[in-house]
Amino acid sequence: MVENQTQNAQQPASAAELPAAIDLKGVSKSFGPVQANKNINLTVKRNSIHGIVGENGAGKSTLMSILYGFYTADAGEIFVNGQKVSIKDSSHALELGVGMVHQHFMLVENFTVLENIILGAEGDHLLASSKAAAREELARLAKDYGLEVDPDAVIEDLSVGQEQRVEILKALYRGADVLILDEPTGVLTPTEADQLFRILEQLRDEGKTIILITHKLREIMAITDTVSVMRQGTMVGTVATEDTSPDKLAEMMVGRRVLLQVEKTAAQPGQKVLEVEGLSVTDEMGVPRVKNVSFDVHAGEIVGIAGVAGNGQSQLLEAISGMFEPLLGEVRINGKAIDFHGEGVADEVREMGLAHVPEDRHKMGLVTQFEEWENSVLGYEDSEKYGKGPMLSLSAARSEAEKRIEMFDIRPQNPRLKTANFSGGNQQKIVLAREMDRDLDILIVGQPTRGVDIGAIEFIHKQIIRLRDEGKAVLLVSVELDEIRALSDRVLVMFDGEIVTQLPPTASEKEFGLAMAGLDPAENE
Amino acid sequence: MSARQPLPKWATNILMPAMNVLLALFVGGLAVAVIGEDPIEAMRVLAYGAFGSGYNLGFTLHYATSLTFTGLAVAIAFHAGLFNIGGEGQAYVAGLGAIMMALWLDQTHWVFVLIGATVGATTLGAIWAAIPGYLQAKRGSHIVITTIMFNFIASAFMSYMLAQVITNPGANAETRTIAETGRIPLLSEYFVFFKHSPVNIMLIFGILALIGVYILVWRTKLGFKIRTLGMNPDAARYAGISAVSIIVITMAIAGALAGMMAVNEAVSVQKRLVVGYVQGFGFIGIAVAFMGRAHPVGIALAAILFGALYQGGVELAFVMPAVPSELVVVIQALVILFSGAMDQMFKPVLERVFGAFRTRSSSTETEEA
Repeated sequence: MVENQTQNAQQPASAAELPAAIDLKGVSKSFGPVQANKNINLTVKRNSIHGIVGENGAGKSTLMSILYGFYTADAGEIFVNGQKVSIKDSSHALELGVGMVHQHFMLVENFTVLENIILGAEGDHLLASSKAAAREELARLAKDYGLEVDPDAVIEDLSVGQEQRVEILKALYRGADVLILDEPTGVLTPTEADQLFRILEQLRDEGKTIILITHKLREIMAITDTVSVMRQGTMVGTVATEDTSPDKLAEMMVGRRVLLQVEKTAAQPGQKVLEVEGLSVTDEMGVPRVKNVSFDVHAGEIVGIAGVAGNGQSQLLEAISGMFEPLLGEVRINGKAIDFHGEGVADEVREMGLAHVPEDRHKMGLVTQFEEWENSVLGYEDSEKYGKGPMLSLSAARSEAEKRIEMFDIRPQNPRLKTANFSGGNQQKIVLAREMDRDLDILIVGQPTRGVDIGAIEFIHKQIIRLRDEGKAVLLVSVELDEIRALSDRVLVMFDGEIVTQLPPTASEKEFGLAMAGLDPAENE
Repeated sequence: MSARQPLPKWATNILMPAMNVLLALFVGGLAVAVIGEDPIEAMRVLAYGAFGSGYNLGFTLHYATSLTFTGLAVAIAFHAGLFNIGGEGQAYVAGLGAIMMALWLDQTHWVFVLIGATVGATTLGAIWAAIPGYLQAKRGSHIVITTIMFNFIASAFMSYMLAQVITNPGANAETRTIAETGRIPLLSEYFVFFKHSPVNIMLIFGILALIGVYILVWRTKLGFKIRTLGMNPDAARYAGISAVSIIVITMAIAGALAGMMAVNEAVSVQKRLVVGYVQGFGFIGIAVAFMGRAHPVGIALAAILFGALYQGGVELAFVMPAVPSELVVVIQALVILFSGAMDQMFKPVLERVFGAFRTRSSSTETEEA
């Protein structure tokens, strides 16, 4: 061990005039029998934006968690600025200059920006002095990197994009030289994402190093200098971004050629299946989420609902699927209005011919502690198919699950396995199989490919198109604009609970961007 | 390197509870040593008192039967994500239903008494538990709070009933005794082995209840809904499962199970209803359910363990008078503490040990390769 250390420590120094910001050598990590990282080597050059891509479960997050001190590697060595280190925890990582911006922000909602920034680095018992120091430092950071945020604003009043800036500022304030960003654009509008990229470029030009974890190949191509591809816990390779293309990257990620483009014919809309009229939904807190929304979905077409996350799409889906009683308005399926009164409305809606793939499979679509076959039953447990009377027929349920595993190529092919042990893509297939393998008139599907690997995305998209071609109606809600544009025949854009406009999927990204920010593209021409 | 590893099932379900019990007995032994008695001898007396003879075993099984019912009452609610602390009150109030039916039918035949008391006990127990369930489902009143409150209400209500309403004149807050014709036979009348110990036909009911709960939870559509609600309430909402009716039904079943204790203890053994007859068995049921991992097999084993501690403790206080009866309660409390509250204590240690073993075996594998 000791000999290796001296050997390796000298290597990066001789390779370049400056030691690499981060150098990982032979890092391995396993969780029980699952090896999340196998002998990973990764060199991140100083002053660069380094992308890391890979399918879900490829080991990106584990690798970054090791770097951030959240996990300890089983084997391997970590060098930060040429120094061999063993990172004990996240505050140690910060001392070494490694900061992380999490996918889900870690901010105290009712604190001000300033208070959030000094949180965990308060210094004195009295806050006044550290607050004053932080205010000065914040002003400097804002000037240097173009990260303008009002230090006295309360977090809950900020937009998502601004909250993200606070997260970045927090890391910089603690002296981060290397900034790890985990899927930073998931919650941003295209415009906000562009702003973020400009900030990242400025940070790089000022001498910081950025590691960007994402699954969006377009972003990798747009902003990174180098990109590393991971697959099944191994590092497939590192390439200069200018020498590669999305297709090549996708092939490296999956290990085979994939079709990024969805092939489909023109839609042949039939009669109205779903009618939504004057629908308004207020959430449990009494906040209006959906405001007077009306639209139709016809048989044989896919209607997409585009929009940044949190603009009422979730509440719209919940109301249409009978999970949440709307304040006003009516939803009709095949001309029959949903009666929202009473308990178990979702079950009645299901019987009316609506199948629902919920946005968040972990939160709703699945019980992750269940075995696979049990999730294949979820929502249909009262069906005669799974046994007459009060008893649940295990054999019927399991053979049904086996059939679906075959049909949707769910892996591993074991209905007795706990659902949590399936990958994101396969979990999503379990939900899709359950909702699509039935007699239905309309499928409503939220975020069909969130956290799903590229290979499975291709499959899921094909299944949705197949359903449309069989003459079923499909309502698709996704925050992935690319997905909406690829699949939909018509697109409705949702902003702040309202449908602001309808666009053809061929409309330009700029038009979508404006609409998603609540501006009517027609007025801004 | 000793990386932590997730534990295999047998380690969490068998090894950890066993280690917890041994630790509790060890600490209990220390307490015995502190007062100057021989801890080994005390443990021997405890074990003999619980299992040493058919008579002792009969007592142990009788207590285990009661604990099976109260343990199942906690466990089934737990599967629906509800923490039912009210087993004590549910069993107590059920006693009223059981004894009234028994006293009404005691001139007929014990079979009618058995059936009548069971119906009476389960009905009142179910109603008593369903009320907090309804309050939780409809009003959002936390079931932990309401079931605790209902224990107090039950206690006050039953004291009133036994002192003022169905009291036996001349006796001290208890009902009249069931007539000879209606007494449920003890097992010792069929198996001499048990001598005059109180174990009775309810032991079979206890076993049936264990099997019944297993079938209900894992083999029926209702059980599927209960488990869905318990593990992921959002998924239950998505699936169109009515949380209100599942919560009320589950609590009613829980109350009915707790109520069965009344038939075992009050009707079959004491043959009358006495103030405070439950004697904490409802609370010990919580420990039984936790230690048994809310699974019928685990509950059966945990119920026998706690039954044994209860019976062995009585014997210990009798044989070794220097050991105060409070110390017996201390030992029982230690078992509850280590296997209930500090249940996960050995987990990190065991994870390291298992991790070390696995890394060693995997590194030898790679070396061989």
